[in-house]
Amino acid sequence: MRTVVDLTRCQGYAQCVFHAPEVFALHGEEGLLYATAVPDDQVARVREAAAACPVQAILLGEEVTSRAL
Amino acid sequence: MPSDLKEGRIVVVGASLAGLRAAEALREEGFTGELTVVGDEPHAPYDRPPLSKQVLLGQATAYTTELPLRRDPDAEWRFGVRATGVDLLAKQVLLEDGESLPYDRLLIATGTRARPWPDPDEAALDGVFTLRTREDGAGLAERLAAGPERVLVIGGGFTGSEIASACREMGLQVTVAERGPAPLVGALGATLSKLAAVMQRNHGVDLRTGVTVTALTGNGAFTGAELSDGSRVHADVCVVALGALRNVEWLADSGLAAGPRGIACDAGCRAFTMYGIVTDDIFVAGDVSRFPHPLFGYQMLSLEHWGNAVEQAEVAAHNMVSPGALQRPHLSIPTFWSTQFGLNIKSVGVPTYSDHIVIAQGSLEARRLAMVYGYQGRVTAAVTVDMAKSLDYYRHLIETAAPFPPPPGAADRAIAADITIPSAVPDPSGLSHGPTVALTGHLPDRRLTVV
Repeated sequence: MRTVVDLTRCQGYAQCVFHAPEVFALHGEEGLLYATAVPDDQVARVREAAAACPVQAILLGEEVTSRAL
Repeated sequence: MPSDLKEGRIVVVGASLAGLRAAEALREEGFTGELTVVGDEPHAPYDRPPLSKQVLLGQATAYTTELPLRRDPDAEWRFGVRATGVDLLAKQVLLEDGESLPYDRLLIATGTRARPWPDPDEAALDGVFTLRTREDGAGLAERLAAGPERVLVIGGGFTGSEIASACREMGLQVTVAERGPAPLVGALGATLSKLAAVMQRNHGVDLRTGVTVTALTGNGAFTGAELSDGSRVHADVCVVALGALRNVEWLADSGLAAGPRGIACDAGCRAFTMYGIVTDDIFVAGDVSRFPHPLFGYQMLSLEHWGNAVEQAEVAAHNMVSPGALQRPHLSIPTFWSTQFGLNIKSVGVPTYSDHIVIAQGSLEARRLAMVYGYQGRVTAAVTVDMAKSLDYYRHLIETAAPFPPPPGAADRAIAADITIPSAVPDPSGLSHGPTVALTGHLPDRRLTVV
């Protein structure tokens, strides 16, 4: 699974950092850095983070897979 | 409403953010026909912003930044194949392998590439990088992780500054060489560029401004560079961050209004021909586009923004499957972000479309502020530093063409909010870096000879 944060929307509420600290981290006061590849054991936490995000900036999903090639 | 717009054959050229989001949006809009997405990179669509941040810091690898799908666009993906031309009359995209793809409607989303170092022999030295693709990111991350003595970054734009920030965070010595008076000045103007310069120096960056790099030296491997002030920088890694070039060369013979500043299109993302006539079957989205915006004097804008790629792709997709009266304009306000030296910089509007600024909240000393840009008495842009929650308020002022300086709106309004100072946005031709929002005027790209 992959995740991407729409940092145009992100306002640094940091709810994701509480829900999935192994995937999301604040860099400075409000800059957000995140792991783009979500380990299997973190998928549920990232789903919670995506649901909790006040500006709904987190997208979790499969990438285009090689079968499509 | 004619149903055949939801059917037929659509080709998307460009398989990055805009191409992917357009493909998804086409299906969301009810397109049931054949969809082919062509990309010259041999990869599924991937996200580029992490390449100058998480990837360099080792918090993600360059090969795991694929973009998550919002839905399966049920497309035929043609990765690793370059488009070499388009035949408007036969309605075919020509591919480098000799194949041609017929289309009923075409979306062009070929984006940009890194501007290379002008001397090809010097650019080929081992240790000289640009940063745009995942291969660039992987190679640079590997080299930085090996602990070079010093990194030279040429160009103090957003990409160059983010790379310098990552280097300092990793404890690496870094020199930034910028032709202009300060980093980020082309995008943000003089006042915020001074803050950017202070932040770089406080974080230990060897910042050289007002200089150009005249030569990269080394015998096979990069060992240093010569500067226009006569000085020399010894370094073992060099990152060329001189801005972006638009991928339009493949359209040179197409008859479309494609030039160095992008492909001109209308507010509905429909491409212009070189005669200034709008097409109804060719659409443009993302970094390669150039489109008029009523809030900025109807000037054509070229944006290198993640958010614009998404929003313009969605508008283009909607208009590709909708009859004229139901088509939508792409009128969203340009927005971007950058994380560097521990600061979160966000911008809304077009800061280069300005004559004066005020600091409406916070202060330079606090490294936390909201700066508002005005042009001829109207608010045209705002930039926040570690104040992202304020940005929506200023976006509203821009959307409503509110008077500048803006009236009191925030409880923490700074005294400086009543003191307007010149925005001092320089001519971009005098800088190493390009602004990521470019006003590209009103004229078509090619002068015609009427025969």
